[in-house]
Amino acid sequence: MSAPNPTPSRGPQPGLSLIAYYLQLGWRSLRRNPVLTALMVIGIGLGIAASMTTLTVLHLTGADPIPWKSDRLHYVQLDNWSAEQPARDDGSPPDQVTYRDAMALMSARKADKQAAMFKLSLPIQPENRELKPFQALGRVTYADFFAMFEPPFQFGAPWNRDQDEGHARVVVLTRALNEKLFGGQDSTGRSLRMNDVDYTIVGVLDEWKLRFRYYDVTNGAFADPDEFFMPLTTAVDLKQRSTGNNSCWQSPGDGWEAYLNSDCVWLQMWVQLDTPARLAEYRDFLNSYVSEQKKLGRFPRPLNNRLLDVNQWIVDQRVVSRDMEVQTGLAFAFLAVCLVNTIGLLLAKFTRKAGEIGLRRALGASRADVFRQFLVESGVVGLSGGVLGLGLTALGLVAVRALYSEYRSVAQLDWTMVLTTIALAVVSAVLAGLYPTWRACRVQPAAQLKV
Amino acid sequence: MLRMNHLSKVYRTHLIETHALRDFSIHVREGEFVAVTGPSGSGKTTFLNIAGLLETFSGGEFFLDGVDVRGLDDNARSRLRNAKLGFIFQGFNLIPDLNLFDNVDVPLRYRGFNAAERKRRIEESLTRVGLASRMKHYPSELSGGQQQRVAIARALAGSPRLLLADEPTGNLDSLMARGVMELLEEINRQGTTIIMVTHDPELAARAQRNVHVMDGQVTDLDDEPRLRQPQEAAPARREATATGVTA
Repeated sequence: MSAPNPTPSRGPQPGLSLIAYYLQLGWRSLRRNPVLTALMVIGIGLGIAASMTTLTVLHLTGADPIPWKSDRLHYVQLDNWSAEQPARDDGSPPDQVTYRDAMALMSARKADKQAAMFKLSLPIQPENRELKPFQALGRVTYADFFAMFEPPFQFGAPWNRDQDEGHARVVVLTRALNEKLFGGQDSTGRSLRMNDVDYTIVGVLDEWKLRFRYYDVTNGAFADPDEFFMPLTTAVDLKQRSTGNNSCWQSPGDGWEAYLNSDCVWLQMWVQLDTPARLAEYRDFLNSYVSEQKKLGRFPRPLNNRLLDVNQWIVDQRVVSRDMEVQTGLAFAFLAVCLVNTIGLLLAKFTRKAGEIGLRRALGASRADVFRQFLVESGVVGLSGGVLGLGLTALGLVAVRALYSEYRSVAQLDWTMVLTTIALAVVSAVLAGLYPTWRACRVQPAAQLKV
Repeated sequence: MLRMNHLSKVYRTHLIETHALRDFSIHVREGEFVAVTGPSGSGKTTFLNIAGLLETFSGGEFFLDGVDVRGLDDNARSRLRNAKLGFIFQGFNLIPDLNLFDNVDVPLRYRGFNAAERKRRIEESLTRVGLASRMKHYPSELSGGQQQRVAIARALAGSPRLLLADEPTGNLDSLMARGVMELLEEINRQGTTIIMVTHDPELAARAQRNVHVMDGQVTDLDDEPRLRQPQEAAPARREATATGVTA
């Protein structure tokens, strides 16, 4: 008998080269059974695509639209509603303010910046005779709007506070409207006729990548985008009524002046407050303002003002709808079904490989080696499913954009989502592969080698 | 090289106990070519599986190349198997998805050799069995005899100390069987110890020593080894074989 030898150990760093070997084997094994492989890859691909399509819309919808200042922009709500019943069932104040209150807050100038606004649709009468008159959607607001929400300018600049005061007949166009009317040329200084009134163009916006119109959620965060902007003072001067939502808890009475003085809410009021101290001061100011109004017989309800920031407002208004969350849940349930199917197929595939497993064990593979090999093979299935799923997700988003035009700005794949897709596919497949792999490495080598 | 003392193997189901091996003792010396014979169900395959560390045993002692096998965990047995043993099966057991080169590569991968070393060993062992020119072929493109030669090349590539063969010619016609047998004899002459299980008396007669197994026990031990003169073996190996006989 020869001298006892220590148990031989493996050479240096066999782990990494073995993983490369397993990847190679996994890839070959996929090609070996094209039908089974296709079934698994299609299953995972479909599940992934369904999940990622809905998740992408959900992710981009819920994301902060203006991360660098969303905590400084606040939406003002004042509870001027009836003593008998609240504006909303949960007791929260109405989601817009009255003209009187908006004017009072604007002239008080207690915030760092402030902009009341409403939605207005006007007929445009182009200079260019080849274009027929058409209706355009606009935003009627104050000069501060541009400093608060920061749309980029291609030509010119916003109007100024003096022009707000002076009811100036000025307008800012979006890039799209400027393209349509002036072929994309610098149109500042030129005149635009809207509803028989001439306005001077002072600025043209550049492409404004607004995923949704968070500054006017009340009139639909995903509704058609605004095409022009003009001073609110000018629009009121010309007695232009909002084409957005209007709610009243009592009759406004007859005539334009009565409407302006009524308790009907139809304006959105935003303020920019640059520090927490300014926020606290503004809260106090609102409370004292409402207390003053109570003395005049308005605001019959208990004090109920709110100052939500952009993200709080998005959540409060359910911009991410319940439907969207349910759809995403269902899509993930579908992915789970696809994975259960993959577990079955992997089980069948690995069971057929019992002979090879026994052989590899006999030739020196440990249980852990077999476990790693088959887990890597599952991962390769997942990776292939992920690549297919990515393609299908892109198609799914094309379909979402085609079917729901309001989601066109959020139904886009970004890098986070591409990486999430691949990672989700690989992790799902590896999870699906755990049980079949565990079964595979339980194979008794001796039982498989007698043929 | 291999020593089993009073080894037993019991298979238990909830109804019955089956003694596959009982009080089984054998000693195989370095450089020997031993044929294990016996009728079906006598326990010769159980013996081979235990010798190959593919199965555990119930009682007794087992030393493989000086290593006490009792108490080794699965991992340690895998490594020992990988480094010291080579297997040749009746059904060849080549992996159909892999070409000859990659089939021979399998045990070397688990050994942790680098790429250059693996390539050298694969080419050398395929040359030794006369199939170097068909490295890129797949098993299905070969005859049975050629497939068994690949299996032998695979067993040899890791330079095993002991080659275990289970009916290596069972699936071959007599012409191919003779070729494979001649190859095994040549491998043995070059110094590798071989234990071959067979029920073919003609084949067994060509081994140096026969061990007959019946009802899980060694019944007839031809214990006078007629050693072939090793062609390349180091003298130290011959000395090692000259010691101790067990029965």
